[in-house]
Amino acid sequence: MSERLDAPTDGAGSTLARTGEVPPERLEVAAVTHSPRRADIDPRAARRAERQVSIMFGLSAVLVVAFIAAYVAIDISSTVFIPGLGDVGAMNLALGLTFGGAIFLIGAGAVHWAKKLMPDVEIVAERHELGSDEATTDAALAAYKRGRDESGFAQRRIVRRSLLGALAFFPLPLVVLLRDLWTQAPGAPAPYVQLANTIWEPGERIVTDITYQPVKAEDIPVGGLVNVVPERLKEVEEAEGNLNARAKSAAILVRMTPEQIRSQQNPDWDYQGILAFSKICTHVGCPISLYEQRTHHLLCPCHQSTFDLADSGNVIFGPAARRMPQLAIDVDAEGYLIARGDFAEPVGPSFWERG
Amino acid sequence: MSTVERAGGGLATYVDDRVSSNKFLKKNLSKVFPDHWSFMLGEIALYSFIVILLSGVYLTLWFKPSMVEVIYNGPYVPLKGVKMSEAYASTLDISFDVRGGLLIRQIHHWAALFFVAAVSVHLFRIFFTGAFRKPRETNWLIGVALLTLALLAGFSGYSLPDDLLSGTGLKIASGIVLSIPIIGTWASFLLFGGEFPGTDFISRLYGIHILLIPGLILALVTVHLMMVWYQKHTQFPGPGRKNSNVVGFPLFPIYTAKAGGFFFLVFGVITVISGLFTINPVWTFGPYTPDQVSAGTQPDWYIGWLDGALRLMPPIEFTFWGNTLSLNVLTPALIIPGIIFTVLGAYPFIEQWITGDKREHHLLDRPRNAPTRTGLGVMAITFYGLLWIGGGNDLIALAFGLSINSLIWFLRIAVIVLPPIAFWITKRICLSLQRRDREKLLHGYETGRILRLPNGEFIEAHEPINEHERAELLSKMDVDPLPIPPAADENGVANPHGALGRTRARLSHWFYADTVPAVTAAELAAAHDHLHHEVEAEAHDLEHYRSLEALGGVMHDPDGPKQNTPH
Repeated sequence: MSERLDAPTDGAGSTLARTGEVPPERLEVAAVTHSPRRADIDPRAARRAERQVSIMFGLSAVLVVAFIAAYVAIDISSTVFIPGLGDVGAMNLALGLTFGGAIFLIGAGAVHWAKKLMPDVEIVAERHELGSDEATTDAALAAYKRGRDESGFAQRRIVRRSLLGALAFFPLPLVVLLRDLWTQAPGAPAPYVQLANTIWEPGERIVTDITYQPVKAEDIPVGGLVNVVPERLKEVEEAEGNLNARAKSAAILVRMTPEQIRSQQNPDWDYQGILAFSKICTHVGCPISLYEQRTHHLLCPCHQSTFDLADSGNVIFGPAARRMPQLAIDVDAEGYLIARGDFAEPVGPSFWERG
Repeated sequence: MSTVERAGGGLATYVDDRVSSNKFLKKNLSKVFPDHWSFMLGEIALYSFIVILLSGVYLTLWFKPSMVEVIYNGPYVPLKGVKMSEAYASTLDISFDVRGGLLIRQIHHWAALFFVAAVSVHLFRIFFTGAFRKPRETNWLIGVALLTLALLAGFSGYSLPDDLLSGTGLKIASGIVLSIPIIGTWASFLLFGGEFPGTDFISRLYGIHILLIPGLILALVTVHLMMVWYQKHTQFPGPGRKNSNVVGFPLFPIYTAKAGGFFFLVFGVITVISGLFTINPVWTFGPYTPDQVSAGTQPDWYIGWLDGALRLMPPIEFTFWGNTLSLNVLTPALIIPGIIFTVLGAYPFIEQWITGDKREHHLLDRPRNAPTRTGLGVMAITFYGLLWIGGGNDLIALAFGLSINSLIWFLRIAVIVLPPIAFWITKRICLSLQRRDREKLLHGYETGRILRLPNGEFIEAHEPINEHERAELLSKMDVDPLPIPPAADENGVANPHGALGRTRARLSHWFYADTVPAVTAAELAAAHDHLHHEVEAEAHDLEHYRSLEALGGVMHDPDGPKQNTPH
């Protein structure tokens, strides 16, 4: 073979080569190689491959019939035990395997056919040059200039500018039309005001989050945790038809012995060692549910922000930057726990106007 | 000619008379595409996308994109009587009431996971082989846009069933929007139709998920493929492969069968997996409610890195003039991804500026021959991988009994320290491989055959490498870094572009630093003679020993029987 070096390898040359259109071929290498396959020389191997391909195609059709049979015959609620998978839906399994198998076999047959029986000699095709030649570029430029001059686009400045202005204005309706994605009623408080307040009111009973049962102090043992919501939540949700009130007002009650409480956001916001905190993480708003009784740490399962409820709900680890807001509580005449008002600071994730 | 062919011919003539399609067929039926397993990654992405479109159409027939509250009364007993949105209830119906509905849902979800995975690995292939170089920079940009859209498509679809997991994901998304300075609060109210969760997001996401994003993806995929078609596929170096040609098989029949068949293979595998393995069992999570969450919440794999970034970020928040800037959320959720996608999209242009290489490239780089690029790629993957591990830190801590706090601290440090180390190690490995390539090209490969020379010396026999490998190794080219421009000309006038030019030249030097020089023709010729000489000498020696043996001597013949008996 000839060894030709048409790329200069000295420094100056290769730097020049950068501005050239195509990298030069370096050292000429051997031509495309090819070695025959079994099926090319042995007619029996070719016949075997042919048989294999047609069996795959045939089996595919059989599996489609099996799919329809399974669709009709299998009860959708029946399960079947498969070692390694456990109890799985019989219908899903049967439909998936038959349909998937049928599709797969068409693909396998086609690829097998291509690999074994179709010619595998590689073809060489030349690439066309991507950049146009000078004549074409000149012709394109001439056509552009003709159009430019005929329309007067260059000379008639007022026409041009007014058109550009019109085109700049034209998309505005498309933006304006999005305005009513904003569904707040006129006069509704600004978003940051809404975010800063929950439905907790002074004297409002604290009830459990699912059964809406009022809670007495003696219901909560030391070390215990109860998920709670405001008593009015149920009716507010029914009136508003959404979960917005729940998303902000959800809270937890925890009880410690008074000496375990190292600090509170206000010294008398507890009731006999019962503390109420927001349940919504101040990081990005996941509801927090992991409470470690012994350390009084509250851990967010989403991003692992950790708050110390025995120490004003301060952040002790993780990405949250704000302490967990505390709710001041008391008991009413009947001995049920009540809120003494709304949270003193916004609950949930920070926002620009939060301050 | 068979009846079918005659009918087909009639149709072809009918079409040709109207749009001259025969010109297209003449040119394209024998269009050549090169063959390599890694060229199928993009195909997997394309085929999974088609499977997503197909299965998605079926899902729309039963899914109800509504947040109206209903009481569930379907066949899934544990949720009977539970209040939920119609979206969630209809997802349960698809899973338990519609025959084959669960299979379609799982095909849709699995195909989406395959899609994003295939797009990502396809991107790695393009990056590490330098396939993004001129003239394919535009297609790289389209690819990056497609990746972004794939992530959005995945996240928006994941959110539609309105289960506890997806709702928590959206709550996090709303928290991220709230962290945007100045407009965040208002933007969040605009997007969600008021406070989160409201009753609007499912129907709003639905249109985006089933029309806007897939429409954009379809349009961009079309352009992506048309450009591949027009510019012709890149190819790896090998025998007969040049920058100016393309070597491979014709579209018809080989790729019609292979690529067409491969669509069925991908579709079939996704379907079988969907029959065997449960994905996103929304019925076990329950309907979304903003005051519940399950421990160990995980997003789909492709969102894991963002969640990890959120988890690893230290709590940095500033308050000033009554305003709050939550860098603990803004940085990991918007700033870092923004930088990552910008740099990713701009990479071909950055590299082109640094190298000054404006030539067309149709022969792919072997990753080792572009050590700095390969190092940067591995560095980025390491960064991504560590964030991704961060996204599962609670599960990892649980599985290995580690302290979650120590693990987070380890990862916080690792995301800064490990990527540069990965860069350095990768670059060194590439350079070592370059040295080995050079060695192989000049001296052949080591056969493992040890010969003892008459003087008692042991040598290992080398053999010339085969033509395929030789062609591959010969593809390495030397490019010199840009010269550093002088700060001032000979008259002492400062070079106006001096500072930028010098930075560029320095980057260029950094990019090409330490590279092992490519073999020159002269070296090759010298080595060729030497290798031949060696092989001949060996043959000559063997002859000589055999003749000695004939006289009754004993020798060690590496090709002969394993004992020293005369033969």
